Amino acid sequence: MAKAQLNAGMTLDGFVLQERLHRGGMAAIWSVTHPDIDFPIVMKVPFLDYEGDLSLLIGFEVEQMIMAELKGIHVPKLVANGAFTVQPYIVMEYIAGATLQKRMGGEVIPLDELTALAASIADALGDLHQQHVLHLDLKPANILFRPTGEAVIIDFGLSRHEKLPDLLDEQFHKPTGTTEYMAPEQLLMIRSDKRSDIFALGAMLYQLATGELPFGAPSKIKYVRQRVWRDPVPPRKLRPEISPALQEIILKCIDPMPENRFTNAEEMAFELRNLDLVEVTERGERLERSNFKTAFRKRMRVRKTMQAIQASATKPPPRAPIILVAIDLSDDLRQPLQEAAVAALANMPGARLACLNVMQTSLIAIDENVNEDGDNIHVNRMAELRTWAEPLQLPRGKVTFHLIESRNIPAGILEFAHSNKVDHIVVGAHAGSGPGASKNTMQIALEAPCTVTVVRLTEADRLAAAQG
Amino acid sequence: MLIALFADIHANREALTACLDDAAKEDAESYVFLGDLVGYGPDPVWVVETVAGMVDKGALAVMGNHDEAIFRDDVSLNPIARAAIAWTRLQLKDEHRTFLKDLPLDLHQDDRLYVHASACSPQDWIYTLGPREAFQGFRATAQRVTFCGHTHMPALFNENASQLPQAHRPISGQPMPLLMQRRWIAVLGAVGQPRDRNPAACYGLFDTATSRLTYVRVPYDADLTARKITAQKLPHALAVRLTTGS
Repeated sequence: MAKAQLNAGMTLDGFVLQERLHRGGMAAIWSVTHPDIDFPIVMKVPFLDYEGDLSLLIGFEVEQMIMAELKGIHVPKLVANGAFTVQPYIVMEYIAGATLQKRMGGEVIPLDELTALAASIADALGDLHQQHVLHLDLKPANILFRPTGEAVIIDFGLSRHEKLPDLLDEQFHKPTGTTEYMAPEQLLMIRSDKRSDIFALGAMLYQLATGELPFGAPSKIKYVRQRVWRDPVPPRKLRPEISPALQEIILKCIDPMPENRFTNAEEMAFELRNLDLVEVTERGERLERSNFKTAFRKRMRVRKTMQAIQASATKPPPRAPIILVAIDLSDDLRQPLQEAAVAALANMPGARLACLNVMQTSLIAIDENVNEDGDNIHVNRMAELRTWAEPLQLPRGKVTFHLIESRNIPAGILEFAHSNKVDHIVVGAHAGSGPGASKNTMQIALEAPCTVTVVRLTEADRLAAAQG
Repeated sequence: MLIALFADIHANREALTACLDDAAKEDAESYVFLGDLVGYGPDPVWVVETVAGMVDKGALAVMGNHDEAIFRDDVSLNPIARAAIAWTRLQLKDEHRTFLKDLPLDLHQDDRLYVHASACSPQDWIYTLGPREAFQGFRATAQRVTFCGHTHMPALFNENASQLPQAHRPISGQPMPLLMQRRWIAVLGAVGQPRDRNPAACYGLFDTATSRLTYVRVPYDADLTARKITAQKLPHALAVRLTTGS
């Protein structure tokens, strides 16, 4: 392989090098142009020298291989891969926004902005996982944002595609990663657990929220083990305005035991967007880390804990699907809808029920928040929703309640289903009352991203209801 | 160019028909047969004539150990395979025997090697089952990709600078990039007698433009083939294993 000296103005396979945008430890990023490509692109060129670390070379092979498999808005679009025999490179779409690292550099981010940011990163991670890719080196420098707000994940040099040969696993027998954000199972060379990415995302969220790293910045990879027995300072101690719910989410992500974390990124995004629905435990409330004695005891047990982590990480995580039941409170379908919801839950072990009511807002009039009796409409509706679900006797955490406002009922339901990656929608045959109600149901059934169950009264039901 | 690769057809007409139909649907432009056209199965004449017809039109084919056993007596085979070969010999005519006898042990095409068992002394029919056999296979050829069969178990190996090659268990239907800068051994599963607990016929599709290989599984009427095996009074175990993929 020729060790090419790259300069502005040079042409490589038709790509004209314009300007070096970034020079990192492992690669340089050049802005390039190509006569056939009409969107901004960059070229990533690795520093490869054969005296150096072989992992750089293999990391670059892995990145070329994995980027060719990935699609969608949450990764840069791949334009070309350069052959290893001439000059290896990757040409990809240029993402205009700053990295998360740069965004962290400025002043403290307000909490609501921060949770929205974290949720969009979780969306991106969920998308990556859906495409069978585990990133395994998530850190603020590897996350960018599009001008439209979507998070973009880059740098797949340590990644793993579940369906392709894992070139890194074959080659290396020592753990690799970024110590600040690395999950303990990665110390054990486990490269197959998506919850390792959840851990890294949690560590970033901790840093975003508090300005501090949850486990410091260990200088050696072996010190990563410390996070198994030493719990981090609770975020609320560092920034009291952090809600117990947010702390609960952060600490759940960075639990040493994979099975105690979120099972998938969608679930995490869901909780970040619905902080009021987070089931807060002692973990969310606590203001002090565990005392010295407890930490010492845990330290003595660290070998055993690592074994437990290994066992937990190699078990596939349970699926936690979401079943959405669109509830029309004025409807005579109450009981059949409840029955359909129970049946759907029984069909999807581990699923949770999201009870959704869409409040239709009018086009012209200014809606009143308070009804004639002076009660807050939202509070009332929420209480009615809870009453609706009461007979199902679902444990806390298995059911959530959502009230959204939309001018258009099916659009509201569909948007909720899309943004929360709902697995199954249960809806009455007349979604909303009044003329056009059955058209609403039809639209949901047509455009839903998942299975839809439409519940309808039989003639016998109707007669029974009329007589009863 | 999209190349369809078929190993270990073993006189299974139904499985080969299903795979050829599937390959045609995927617009395969070229066909390679990786040996063991006959043995075990009930339709040796049809399979040999079909493959010979395709070879006349430009397809490539190499010899397998069961093909060799048709015209040689000193090939080592287990008793069941031997019984099937004895039956097969009675079915084949001289022209079929000549076709099998004239098959080469291996073939080179661009950066690819086609061989039934292993690049390492092909006439010894070494099973490429694990890293050690793969290591020897890599040492025996300079070609970038070796396509072989013989084990009836799909596997993929890539050469490794620092240690023994590792086996990757391919996921069917997933196109896998065989990175240009690496060397690979792709062991195709069997068309006519899968042994990886999946009774569906297995063949490969390799796209030379992108260097992507897909292991394709095609369900076929294995019960029909099994009934034919029984009807010809071939060993019963041969019928059973087709329907279980064991």
